[in-house]
Amino acid sequence: MAATVPTSMHAQDHEHDHDHQVVPSDPALRTKALESLLVEKGLVDPAALDALVDAYENKIGPRNGARVVARAWIDPAYKKRLLSDGGAAIAEFGYAGGQGEHMVVVENTPKVHNLVVCTLCSCYPWPVLGLPPVWYKSAPYRSRAVIDPRGVLHEFGLDLPEDVEVQVWDSTAEIRYLVLPERPAGTEKMTEDEVAALVTRDAMVGVAKVAAPAGGKA
Amino acid sequence: MNGIHDMGGMHGMGLIQHEKNEPVFHEAWEGRVYAMNRALGAFGKWNIDASRHGIELLPPADYLRMSYYEKWLTRNIALLVQHGLVTREEMETSKPAPGSPKATPPLTAAAATAAAANRGGYLRPDSPAKARFKVGQHVRARNINPEGHTRLPRYARGKQGTVVRHHGIFVFPDTNAHFEGEQPQHLYSIRFTARELWGDHASPRDSVHLDMWDSYLAHA
Repeated sequence: MAATVPTSMHAQDHEHDHDHQVVPSDPALRTKALESLLVEKGLVDPAALDALVDAYENKIGPRNGARVVARAWIDPAYKKRLLSDGGAAIAEFGYAGGQGEHMVVVENTPKVHNLVVCTLCSCYPWPVLGLPPVWYKSAPYRSRAVIDPRGVLHEFGLDLPEDVEVQVWDSTAEIRYLVLPERPAGTEKMTEDEVAALVTRDAMVGVAKVAAPAGGKA
Repeated sequence: MNGIHDMGGMHGMGLIQHEKNEPVFHEAWEGRVYAMNRALGAFGKWNIDASRHGIELLPPADYLRMSYYEKWLTRNIALLVQHGLVTREEMETSKPAPGSPKATPPLTAAAATAAAANRGGYLRPDSPAKARFKVGQHVRARNINPEGHTRLPRYARGKQGTVVRHHGIFVFPDTNAHFEGEQPQHLYSIRFTARELWGDHASPRDSVHLDMWDSYLAHA
């Protein structure tokens, strides 16, 4: 069964057949024509576009969310604030705004695993995770995360015991969800920065766990 | 609308393509489309719900064929023409109409980063809307099939769930998308068991939570 092939193998094997690469030139040319028209009409400032691209390519990404998670692991008072008012606790880092105006943080435990999806479009917590990856926005993930979350997790290489409750969060409104993953064993003596470096985007969407540090026990 | 975008629970979409070390934008034009969308939004001619509905209105075959940012590009061109910021002729010639006045971009470079950090919210706490439900109550998602925009997915319609959280009063997308006003309503997180949604083969422990506006719900 194809679903048993580990995800990492698909990443290596598939022929880069995302549809964004099947039709490269046409949208590129249409985009260029549109931008030059909008600039000529004074509707957009190209420097503003540069600034936005730079912000999401270089500043607003999953490292933000990783810092939030690390703080919650290190500081129990912060974790309490994060789970009771996610937006306010996240704003303590200065992370706020577009697609993160109303944040809810859901906590993974040994008995509960949370998974975030947007079946209707591509809602995703930009201020803490940046822009979503292609798979998150894709039909396979959006269609299956709600009906077969365990199958989806298996495809990501995560098999959960039957007695773990899987809670899926379908982002149907302007509430944006961030998963607080479980802190892996063997990190007790690590600093906040060190544990932050372990936290991945996938773990904060809920399709992975945070792996124990290299050299430690899995 | 009962469109192709409403994908929750569909089969046959294939395997998830997880790409290692994926770039934020795969090609430069994708970043330009993303940024143009944000910059044009600053005109305030449309809202996020109208924008989402613009994607839903793409023909289903195009929706499945187009890449994510190609959908945005196509939608943005449609919104620009629909709201009179550019004309069809200008789109065809890629030149401003002779003698047309030059606008001032509402989003400057200096404001762009601030705009990324602050776009306002959708909470309307001062609205007089009344809450018909409270946490712990059993509810049923209504079976509605509007031709316009809605955020009530087909897979949850008619199903019973439990209110687990009250989020506050939020802009109602079903009207806002069609410029019929924000008409704010109370918004709740509703927990549906996987078995209620998908039948006896689903895990007895698992659940799906959806955020639902007051008028999507009936007392169970």
